[in-house]
Amino acid sequence: MDDHHATVESVFRNESGRIIAGLIRVSHSFDLAEEAMQDAFAAAVVSWRAEGVPANPAAWITATARRKLIDYARREQTRRNKEDQLLYEYALRSIASEEEMSRPFEDDRLRLIFTCCHPAINKEAQIALTLRTLGGLTTPEIARAFLLPESTLAQRLVRAQRKIQQARIPYEVPAPDRLPERLSAVQAVLYLIFNEGYSASSGDNLVRRELCAEAIRLARTLTELTPDNPESMALLALMLLHDSRRDARSSRDGQLVTLEEQDRSLWHLDQIAEGTQLVERALGRRSAGPYQLQAAIAAVHAEARTAAETDWKQIAALYGILNASQGSPIVSLNHAVAIAMSESLERGLALIDSLGSSGELDSYHLYHAARADLLRRMGRYREALESYNHGLALTTNAVELRYLHRRISELDVLAS
Amino acid sequence: MRYMMLIYSQENETATPEQMSAIFAAHRAVLDETQHRGILRAADPLEASATATIVRVQEGEVLVTDGPFAETKEQLAGYYILDCEDLDEALAWAAKIPTGCAGAAGCVEVRPIRQMPTRVPVNG
Repeated sequence: MDDHHATVESVFRNESGRIIAGLIRVSHSFDLAEEAMQDAFAAAVVSWRAEGVPANPAAWITATARRKLIDYARREQTRRNKEDQLLYEYALRSIASEEEMSRPFEDDRLRLIFTCCHPAINKEAQIALTLRTLGGLTTPEIARAFLLPESTLAQRLVRAQRKIQQARIPYEVPAPDRLPERLSAVQAVLYLIFNEGYSASSGDNLVRRELCAEAIRLARTLTELTPDNPESMALLALMLLHDSRRDARSSRDGQLVTLEEQDRSLWHLDQIAEGTQLVERALGRRSAGPYQLQAAIAAVHAEARTAAETDWKQIAALYGILNASQGSPIVSLNHAVAIAMSESLERGLALIDSLGSSGELDSYHLYHAARADLLRRMGRYREALESYNHGLALTTNAVELRYLHRRISELDVLAS
Repeated sequence: MRYMMLIYSQENETATPEQMSAIFAAHRAVLDETQHRGILRAADPLEASATATIVRVQEGEVLVTDGPFAETKEQLAGYYILDCEDLDEALAWAAKIPTGCAGAAGCVEVRPIRQMPTRVPVNG
């Protein structure tokens, strides 16, 4: 690839979120801002090849896109009747003002993130919009990551952008009384993006890694924009700590490797160090929210140099707090496993069985896998086999299927 | 921008007189405050959906039928039109509008009113 072409791409990936946030502010329009930015990038491909890459590529794109916006506004102005002209002159002045455009970008991105994650937009569209406008991912890239037809995703984006425009979803940081609630919606979207990338389900591996990287980048931005929010900090920590294990969690032939079996020398220590530091800072602020607790649990796992050194007592305690504040069957399941590992397998199994009696987890394959795992550790191979087979019947994920098959074939030998 | 708030309520007549007067008071409060701020454009309650008549014109022929369009649990019971800065302001007002017209709580649908290029004169 040509040098200038690579530069254009990297500017797009790294700067388009900032650039479009500013363009939306001055143009009051997602559509126009996007069109102007696309035009500016297209112009860059031509111009940079001929004249070389400018010293500040992002500033070049911004200035070019701003001129495009002025062109659009003029074009529109001539189309409109006299009555509306005042309105357009006003808009034009705002776009044309150099000073307006060079105001700090950080505010713009924060506004944009709240607009993209506004509760009046449905969750799927929030995710797509966030990745597209702030993450600088293209529509085909997002479609591939979510295994959706491109047309479906494009339509989703158009609909959401139209709603922002027509229902006038504000482009601003919410008022203080609404901020905590809206911020947690933003955090939820970023975590969903990360999990989509991190989950072992099928799909293009590279694109999935890209999603994780993007979620981390956006979470980092969020911590820069809301530096005092411990949950934003913890969310970034949680992502970093999970992502640090990416090279260890599947074998070369695509097999799932459990935390216990992972080669810990493959863990990325720089991410663990940063994540752990963030957790400590976040927890120093007392009010322990769900991301802080989950990140703390991930940090305890990351601290252990071998699986045997894992401080299960602390993990059980943390799950206990999480269970009390944000109880869900899945949290309870994890809590039971931690009790099994820290106190006794029997107590853990008893807890799991009492959870199972509610029926809520019966169709959840990992419930059966966790139960089977405890039975296996207790040497009750026949019952373990039965539970693994139960889980197997409920799984569609190829990677998890292979894992369960492996366990079953190991047990077949032991149980016979 | 003007937003229309469509109030959907469950139409069972189980509300006590005390509940009814609480609901009226809540409407009164929204009406007074939005009027005071000069953003109230219109607001009206509707008679029960049993009084509704559907008119349909099919190939030039007028078809009149009884009853609401769909047999759903929640029926249109009234509306507000408020002139708000943006959706967040509209949503904040919508949250203050009582939806339990007579019985269990319902919901409010917030719809922006489309701006037409040339305004049709209303009331002369």
